[in-house]
Amino acid sequence: MLFRCEVNIRPRPDILDPQGDAVGKALANLGFHGVGAVKVGRYLILDVEADGPEAARQQVEDMCRKLLANPIIEDYELKVAAP
Amino acid sequence: MRVAVVVFPGSNCDHDTLHAAGEVMGWEVVPIWHESGTLGGADAVILPGGFSYGDYLRPGAIARFSPIVYAVIKHAEAGGLVLGICNGFQVLIEAGLLPGALLRNASLEFRCQWTHIKVQTTDSPFTRQLGVGDVLRIPIAHGDGNYFAPPDVLKRLNEERRIAFRFCDEQGRITAEANPNGSMENIAGVLNERRNVLGMMPHPERASELCLGSVDGKRIFDSLGKSHEQLAW
Repeated sequence: MLFRCEVNIRPRPDILDPQGDAVGKALANLGFHGVGAVKVGRYLILDVEADGPEAARQQVEDMCRKLLANPIIEDYELKVAAP
Repeated sequence: MRVAVVVFPGSNCDHDTLHAAGEVMGWEVVPIWHESGTLGGADAVILPGGFSYGDYLRPGAIARFSPIVYAVIKHAEAGGLVLGICNGFQVLIEAGLLPGALLRNASLEFRCQWTHIKVQTTDSPFTRQLGVGDVLRIPIAHGDGNYFAPPDVLKRLNEERRIAFRFCDEQGRITAEANPNGSMENIAGVLNERRNVLGMMPHPERASELCLGSVDGKRIFDSLGKSHEQLAW
């Protein structure tokens, strides 16, 4: 079965995110003054072949640890959709 | 000395590095394609600058799983000399040979400019011919060189004198203005625990001949050569 998996990767809260800061400043320049912190991350969609949703999740979890995210500076969240 | 220069798809300082090591230093040089599983009997290996795999995901993240990197890790674990320059530094960090992470430059700009770096330790095969406090003029060219390490790691790096270089001004003052990328504590280069692996953002191969405007980078290669002579001896 093919499972659509979504991975949301974002800078950890204690890590300086110059990209987010720059976007925040640009928004303020545009007149959006109600914006607090801005964080820029990455969003991935993967179609994963697995026996069940839990097996798909485990595979993607492993992928995140090994390659997709850098745990020193990034947090990630997984979602596995029904086939 | 036989020196391997690893070539990834997207490396763009490999030929400059081969030139500096081969023509300037007079070493035997071998370019090694990233799909190779061996270093061809090299005594030292240099991972050059560039944009391996287009910097996709994070700089160095994909290159880190190239077959050659496993050979580089083995070489390092056996005590062999490994130098990572710019993208090579990023690959060594992703491979877990050096601690920390290299974030986007604080300015968000790609910085291509001359910098000054201050030597922090001579206790390494890469800096032994230098003096603590020496100021070297070596250029940088990167968008992701903003060194980060968690507080406990940073503390350990300082205690073990594993920070090799810090960005400084011409007079050797380590100031925020002299920091081109926002690195913690102006860090420009770090050593591993065993001190046989060095990663640095500045490009010594671009400062190895008078016609390039500086020969300060060559002093790092001189150290490397001297260290090899003594190891071999």
